[in-house]
Amino acid sequence: MKKYFPHLLIVVCVLWLFASWRSPKNARGFNAEGFGRFPVLVEGRIKPIETAARNALLIMRGKQTFRQGATGDGKEIKLTAVEWLMDVVMRPSVADDYKVFLITNPDVLGAAGLDSTQGKFFSLNQLKSKAVDLGEQARTISSVAPELRNPFQKELLKLTGNLLLYQRLRHSLHRDETTEFSRELGLYQGAIKPGIEAVQNRQAGQAHNEQDLKLISDFFNQYSFLAESAYLYPVPHAMDQQWQTIGSSLLATMKSGTLDPAVSFYAAIVDTYRKNDVPGFNNAVERYKNYLESNFGGFLSKVQSESVFNHLEPFYKAMVFYVLVFILALLSWMTWSGPLGRAAFYLLVLAFIVQTAGLGWRMYLQGRPPVTNLYSAAVFVGWGAALLGIFLERLFRNGIGSITAAVMGFLTLLVAHHLSGDGDTMEMLRAVLDTNLWLATHVVVVTLGYSATFLAGFLAILYIVRGVFTAALDPLTRKALGRMVYGVICFATLFSFVGTVLGGIWADQSWGRFWGWDPKENGALLIVMWNAIILHARWGGYIKERGLMVMAVFGNVVTSFSMFGVNMLGVGLHSYGFMDKAFFWLALFVVSQLVLMGLGMLPLRLWRAFIEPAPGKKRAEEEALAAV
Amino acid sequence: MDRILRSLLEWITSLKLTIICLGLAMVLIFVGTLDQVNLGIHAAQKKYFESLFVYWAPAVLPFKIPVLPGGYLLGTILLVNLVAAHATRFRLSWKKSGIFLLHSGVVLLLLGQLLTQLFAREGQMSIDEGKRKNYSESFELSELAIVDTSASDHDEVVSIPTTRLARGEPIVHPLLSFVVKPVRYFRNARLTSRAKEPQGEASLATEGLGPKVVTKELPVTYNPKEKNMPTAFVELSHEGKTLGTWLVSEALVATQPLSIGGKTFQMQIRPTRSYKPYWIQLLDFRYDRYTGTSVPLPRNYSSRVRLTNPSKNEDREVLVYMNNPLRYDGETYYQASFDDKTETTTVFQVVRNPSWILPYVSCTLVGVGLLVQFLIHLVSFMRKRTVPA
Repeated sequence: MKKYFPHLLIVVCVLWLFASWRSPKNARGFNAEGFGRFPVLVEGRIKPIETAARNALLIMRGKQTFRQGATGDGKEIKLTAVEWLMDVVMRPSVADDYKVFLITNPDVLGAAGLDSTQGKFFSLNQLKSKAVDLGEQARTISSVAPELRNPFQKELLKLTGNLLLYQRLRHSLHRDETTEFSRELGLYQGAIKPGIEAVQNRQAGQAHNEQDLKLISDFFNQYSFLAESAYLYPVPHAMDQQWQTIGSSLLATMKSGTLDPAVSFYAAIVDTYRKNDVPGFNNAVERYKNYLESNFGGFLSKVQSESVFNHLEPFYKAMVFYVLVFILALLSWMTWSGPLGRAAFYLLVLAFIVQTAGLGWRMYLQGRPPVTNLYSAAVFVGWGAALLGIFLERLFRNGIGSITAAVMGFLTLLVAHHLSGDGDTMEMLRAVLDTNLWLATHVVVVTLGYSATFLAGFLAILYIVRGVFTAALDPLTRKALGRMVYGVICFATLFSFVGTVLGGIWADQSWGRFWGWDPKENGALLIVMWNAIILHARWGGYIKERGLMVMAVFGNVVTSFSMFGVNMLGVGLHSYGFMDKAFFWLALFVVSQLVLMGLGMLPLRLWRAFIEPAPGKKRAEEEALAAV
Repeated sequence: MDRILRSLLEWITSLKLTIICLGLAMVLIFVGTLDQVNLGIHAAQKKYFESLFVYWAPAVLPFKIPVLPGGYLLGTILLVNLVAAHATRFRLSWKKSGIFLLHSGVVLLLLGQLLTQLFAREGQMSIDEGKRKNYSESFELSELAIVDTSASDHDEVVSIPTTRLARGEPIVHPLLSFVVKPVRYFRNARLTSRAKEPQGEASLATEGLGPKVVTKELPVTYNPKEKNMPTAFVELSHEGKTLGTWLVSEALVATQPLSIGGKTFQMQIRPTRSYKPYWIQLLDFRYDRYTGTSVPLPRNYSSRVRLTNPSKNEDREVLVYMNNPLRYDGETYYQASFDDKTETTTVFQVVRNPSWILPYVSCTLVGVGLLVQFLIHLVSFMRKRTVPA
């Protein structure tokens, strides 16, 4: 049993990995999953409706699913993101009661006429009465420079932004007053020719049919509004940047006379959903899917792939695995060290494979190298650390590589998770970043350098914690850790230097100067210099093992400042930056590292591990050391 | 004496000095980065990285105290330290080959950066669609330009740097038949029409646009979004007789005409121009956005230009866009930005950097050196690692 424990564990984990392949069935029988897999253009990128729904819900509510506790007469409501979006887009009167807006700031609650006793989620209907006031406030706040806004102002703008997003979603497929969209489209098509004739007659100063004129003007105004305010661009086109909103496609119909098939399909979908016609809806979804397969197969298969990616949630699952690895590795130091150690290692490799698959999948979906924004940088830092950790564990087989990789994998994925709250993590890149060559070289290399600096720091933390609080820092482990940290810092120096230089070359090609002393560049330089200082100090004998560890921990401070602190410079120092969440966590992290450094600098006689061990044990250790 | 020299040499070649300097450099970079929030990138660069010392000038004291060594001082000490250490203490060996390579790369990098800071020139060129230009403008330097427009086929430009105006001494030039004497000079000022501010202070100017304008000195701004407007009152005199006092300012967009000694001139303070022997005409500026974005996100912006160099008989079209500059005649034109209101004006960053290749060479040296040294360590590391019993 003990022998097969690691293998059993892996089997169970792999099964769990694929369990969420499909989304839960819709309670009323609608093929919501099929609808969620339709491609739309949002924020410059073609994605499945499901991603747009998840992102919108994440921005408004802070979670990718919707849940509302049982109210007086109703039951508890549980919806997937797509199901929620379907109601917003097609049954707004129902959706307006969903408590989807997250508001926690007391001043904002006050401005909205609400209070925290009502909970932290609110529906559109609860906010409707104060919507105009909030809009006024937002207008005055926008004239204040972003760096100088206080938390109330920032949160209020966030709320009005969310309200706007909600409205735009609402007007994405049809005007919510429409009773039967398909019929309306028929009426519209019939009204075009007589309507245009009436307009031309009036312009020429001749007699015209007033009714025809009014009909076409009404349609024109309504569809113009739809065209401008829609958030989703569902009408496909061979070129991705030329997809249209339903509104603009309908306006184009005025010239061409023909309705885009996609519009008719969506009209059928809207009508059947609103009438609660489950078979009709599912049929319409199937027909549109077939149409997409024949005419826009490339887009369809890519968004279907992204849908699967959304369901599998590889980074979340990797996070869970890392926690398990940590527990297993920790337990392996106390008992059953063989099987538990192996189980930890196998699971670590599985987690790494899952994270690699996730990153690779993202690369395929985006058509980009792995790191394109801060979110993916955090994920990649964890990936790099896991890779190095696996390498170290293979060499030393003492659980240290596993534990450090697990801690770093977990922390980086947690940070990444918190960086994803602003919306699409696979966002499009601005012009200067639109270069796969530099993204693949400079960004990847420098991120690996950061990864290694963090890994050295965490190995050093392990050394300090084990040494000060436990007796488990025997000379063998000390030597191993010393070698590990030194080796990783060499790696870090190489990669952070080369990465920084590649950045300079990119800047030279793009802006005309190799080095401009700007905050991001300075941050990277600080990391290179700190790693270099460590190597020089060790070479000169100014620091030995303990000094190496303490300095490596400071490397965490330098790297976190470089990755996150420089982004806050415009924010943190002018305004009430101490209230800013991200700044708070960064400061907390820095303080924790300084405390650990302080612990590391305590006199050795205070370290538990250095209290004299039993004579028999001491002899055994000396013999083992001599054999090295 | 010998003892002092010997201990000085020991100190200058010591590893301890290297570490101290690197540590101070980190402090300098950190503080300089934070101060950028207040000063803006250019001013912070000058204060921290292009200086011998960083000073602190508290209001209570009449002088300033050096608190940190500046970039030039630290860079020089590090350079001397590195070269001296190699010259005296290092012995050539295969085991240290990587270190030799990378240190020589570091030396080259420091030298290259120094050369760039001394000799590279950056400017900008903004061109409206359809128009053409043959000069770039400095970001920070301004000139009092007196242009002799008498000839019909060419102009002769006398450019007086505003720093000369600040000195207050009379300025004489062979191409000018008159003397320019700065009466007052401000690095930054605000000009308002007298019609809007009838109560304003009387102008020192007696000729030109000056009398119609109220001039108010402003403190120098470091806000990167604002520009300083150098302004001066200058008295012109021809053959000993005064011709009057003019107001000249970068805030005055129009040039002021002069007619002196049978010649006509136009006078203006403007960003210092660097004239080129060729013309660049903007044919078309394109700004592609991503569709369906809440906040406009630029996908690509590009300028199609026509380059004409009459002396070399060159006349060709070039497309300039992000990450794809135009390199011509020792200068490089980068697509920097554009007028975001009209979207028909392109702005190029124009850079002349003769020492551009040094960072590439030095970084290759350091990279290869690090790799070699790292591999040497890795091999011995893997041979010596311990496997627990």
